[in-house]
Amino acid sequence: MAYEVVIGVEVHAQLRTQSKLFCACGTTFGLTANSQTCPVCLGLPGTLPVINEKAVEMAVRAGLAMNGTIGVRNRFARKNYFYPDLPKGYQISQYEAPICEHGWIEIAAGGSRKRVRIRRAHLEEDAGKNLHEAGSGMSLVDLNRAGTPLLEIVTEPDLSSSEEVVAYLKSLRDLLMYLDVCDGNMEEGSFRCEPNLSLRPAGQTTFGTKVELKNINSFKFVKDAVDYEIKRQTKVLNEGGKIYQETRLWNHERGETAVMRSKEEAHDYRYFPDPDLVPMEISSEWIEQLREGLPELASTKQQRFITEYGVPEYDAGILTSSKALAVYFEACVTLYPQPKTVSNWVMGELLRELNNSGTEADASPVTPERLVELLTLVDQGVISLKVARDIFPDVYASGKAPAQIVQEKGLTQVSDEGALATMIDEVLKKNPAQVGQFKEGKQQVLGFLVGQVMKASGGKANPGKVNELLKKALAG
Amino acid sequence: MSLTLLHKLTLSELQRKFTAGDVTATEIVRAYFLRVAQVEPKVNAYLTQCKDAALAQAERLDQALKGWRKTTPMMAMPLAVKDNICTEGVRTTCASRMLDTFVPPYDATVVAKLRAQSYLLLGKTNLDEFAMGSSTENSAFGASRNPWNIQTVPGGSSGGSAVAVAADECVAALGSDTGGSIRQPAAFCGVVGLKPTYGRVSRYGLVAFASSLDQIGPITKDVTDAALLLGAIAGHDPRDSTSANVPVPDYLKALKRKDLKRLKVGVPAEYFADGLDPEVDQAVRTAIEGLRELGADIREIKLPTTDAAVATYYVIATAEASSNLARYDGVKFGLRAAESKDLLDMYLKTRAEGFGPEVKRRIMLGTYVLSAGYYDAYYGKAQAVRTLIRQEFEAAFQTVDLIVTPVTPTTAFKFGEKAQDPLQMYLSDIYTISANLAGLPAIALPCGFSKAGLPIGFQLIGRPFEEETLLRGAHAYEQATNWRAKRPAIR
Amino acid sequence: MEITRQEVEKVAKLARLALTEAETTAFSQQLNQIVGYVQKLKSFSTEGVEPTSTVPGQSNVFRPDQVQASLSTEQALSNAPDAEAQCFRVPKIIQES
Repeated sequence: MAYEVVIGVEVHAQLRTQSKLFCACGTTFGLTANSQTCPVCLGLPGTLPVINEKAVEMAVRAGLAMNGTIGVRNRFARKNYFYPDLPKGYQISQYEAPICEHGWIEIAAGGSRKRVRIRRAHLEEDAGKNLHEAGSGMSLVDLNRAGTPLLEIVTEPDLSSSEEVVAYLKSLRDLLMYLDVCDGNMEEGSFRCEPNLSLRPAGQTTFGTKVELKNINSFKFVKDAVDYEIKRQTKVLNEGGKIYQETRLWNHERGETAVMRSKEEAHDYRYFPDPDLVPMEISSEWIEQLREGLPELASTKQQRFITEYGVPEYDAGILTSSKALAVYFEACVTLYPQPKTVSNWVMGELLRELNNSGTEADASPVTPERLVELLTLVDQGVISLKVARDIFPDVYASGKAPAQIVQEKGLTQVSDEGALATMIDEVLKKNPAQVGQFKEGKQQVLGFLVGQVMKASGGKANPGKVNELLKKALAG
Repeated sequence: MSLTLLHKLTLSELQRKFTAGDVTATEIVRAYFLRVAQVEPKVNAYLTQCKDAALAQAERLDQALKGWRKTTPMMAMPLAVKDNICTEGVRTTCASRMLDTFVPPYDATVVAKLRAQSYLLLGKTNLDEFAMGSSTENSAFGASRNPWNIQTVPGGSSGGSAVAVAADECVAALGSDTGGSIRQPAAFCGVVGLKPTYGRVSRYGLVAFASSLDQIGPITKDVTDAALLLGAIAGHDPRDSTSANVPVPDYLKALKRKDLKRLKVGVPAEYFADGLDPEVDQAVRTAIEGLRELGADIREIKLPTTDAAVATYYVIATAEASSNLARYDGVKFGLRAAESKDLLDMYLKTRAEGFGPEVKRRIMLGTYVLSAGYYDAYYGKAQAVRTLIRQEFEAAFQTVDLIVTPVTPTTAFKFGEKAQDPLQMYLSDIYTISANLAGLPAIALPCGFSKAGLPIGFQLIGRPFEEETLLRGAHAYEQATNWRAKRPAIR
Repeated sequence: MEITRQEVEKVAKLARLALTEAETTAFSQQLNQIVGYVQKLKSFSTEGVEPTSTVPGQSNVFRPDQVQASLSTEQALSNAPDAEAQCFRVPKIIQES
């Protein structure tokens, strides 16, 4: 039977504040266990939370960028459950009145564009971490992360394939990184995604039973886990089995999902408004002020690159795929106003090196100034375009000035007519057959001869000059 | 002056003596611990005594003060603090086995304020476990006893603080009040208890029972002392989101006027209905006549939703408590059950061993009213009725400046008398809980004695942040009467 | 409406309280009595009445995004019933059945 796949996604994005959501502890990743805690985030008796204003502003900015409606009257609620990584026995979250509702973001999927609706986005505090102690079977609890601000972003079930899920997550992550509200680091857990997935016979309008997927910390795993789960559910249904409402963990080593907990004994979270916190009124003035402070977002920037710099839509899409790359491109164009040339270099040589070394454009060892210097060397005829391309990895790896590399490697282009004439004579002597063919009218042999001269020069000869001098020599 | 009489002084009297240099901090500490040694075995007011630390602190103060007597108001004042208010380095138990060994690494804001003024902490006082109760019978470490008659309860939950003040084991004390826990024991023990407006005093460091109702306040020997101690602990605290950013007036100034001319005082008929002991009724009505004689304009008012107050209170307070007490799980601090086969088992056993019956009962009730399917019928409904109660007081305060009522339906009851019937115990909070539900300031002060010789108190309730009016009314009455002259015979 | 013994057991588990048979019996009776009393709230009309979840008059109480010193690991763990390797230690977490 043919099934339709229905997927929604829940993302927990860590907001990039300096301090935690309700106390003044820092939010640094990877410190010594329990060295970033205080009476408030340890949940010691008598302590009280106070809301970090910056976290609220970041959440509103994200909500606006997701085209959402910002809730005017906000309250925090307590979500009550027991777990060792939850110090107070409840998580401070939002329930009835989330900070953002009814948003959407656009994704590119399968060559077309699609709008993914965001049901809600709300602020909440993160939990700590439970680690399993080897041998004893006991668990260890590190509360450094407890209280870090999270934005939980929940879509409508608008997605229908692993490609779409990945495209959505990439778009959302780029958006949050553009806004500078999340560092997007999936390995460190700054951007955690939990797809939920159900199948239904094609054409059926009611939803099938939903399964949630957890423990996914890369885009590759998202794709693999969703694809696996689609296959698994299809098989179960085809064999007449039943899908249970449950949470399944992705095991990337085994390449499969396994049951974590069943929803049948669903928690009763007993949400109620947190009496320790007063309401937040997000006024329209405040919202407007934050809206005005929003950076230009990727889609707007892409359009501007097309109209302002005349680069193709494809290039503009890549150049604006990360904020750092777009800033890099514009810095180059300011220094070197030939946008298409810059675009080719940025999308080609630069992006290749960045991807290979896992570096963001703003940390590139080849700064915009250095790249422009390299392009100028080509324009001035000091080196050929080929040499420029060849040495780019060296410039990137060494961090040295391009001129210095050219010098060290003795790659300065030969344009001196005397030196070229000697090389041409040599080549003509070595290839009498081709010279004969040329003289018989076989013009295409010229290319071969140019190539031989270039080879003899070790690539340093100025090809325009060689062409000109060769013609002269053959005519003579 | 003889050290053996120091403990009889009020806070304002002791302040004057200390500032004048008539008495040293060390003498104060010695005098008080002599008194504590004498009466504590009979009344059990303290859970922890801080004699060594207080002496060391007093010696430091005396040393620093040689030839220089510039003092802060609370300097060297020997205070007791209810044991649900966190004190850095001094164990804070909430009278629960759960926190028997808990030593907070931080001070509550009120304690930090007093510490900044170089007060002397004599000890931490007994209470009903986690402030849940009206008699201190729910303390895991044994009940306190009423110094007027040690066969009767001192009231609760701040029973230990009220006893310590009434038995002269400290000059003044801090209590906390969620539904009457300062005012009821003050009335039972014949002292003054003030519950400030919600938000007037920081809750940071007060171990939460019901966050939207809890408030710290003074228990003192007279109204002047209440004004002094309130002034020392009140004020906005950035660590407590519910603390109000309202300036703190000089409360002593409110005490200057000796009459109550042009003050309109409302008497709600609902507070003088069935269940009110005739002796208490009589004493409070006599007190109202006293207010009239001082010039107050006494008016009948109506607060019909009073009948819903106990039900509203027990839904809201237990719901909040069920969540506030979830952190006692044996992971980060406090008790952990010795043997458990896994995490769930550890939770279940730890909480079963750590909490007493009343705390369990309230956690059960609070969990029930918040659970799926019942929220709207109970918690949601109670929140809405709470609004009605609040609005009713707002309307009443359009026509009157103060409201006068009894504090308790009876005088102090005997041990065990109500312990078997939780609902009857809850119903005895009827006169005090409305002020918590509406967030209003209220004061309890003595207005007589029963034939059995037990103290009777009455209550004044005021508008939000108008503690000055409360203190003015209470002080004028206190000056015109002389109930404080009679002291408990304990020695 | 009667609170059944099963409901009392369910609530006790939600609240992570191991109750003895005697406690379950006592709480069943007492909760019924108290909840019975609370039914009187129904006689007060609250249609269109805003709930009070905290005493009103305050909103937008915030803290600036500034880091202050945390406790040391030793201080953080000082009240812990069991600690190991800079962490709080708890019995093994197994899934509830």
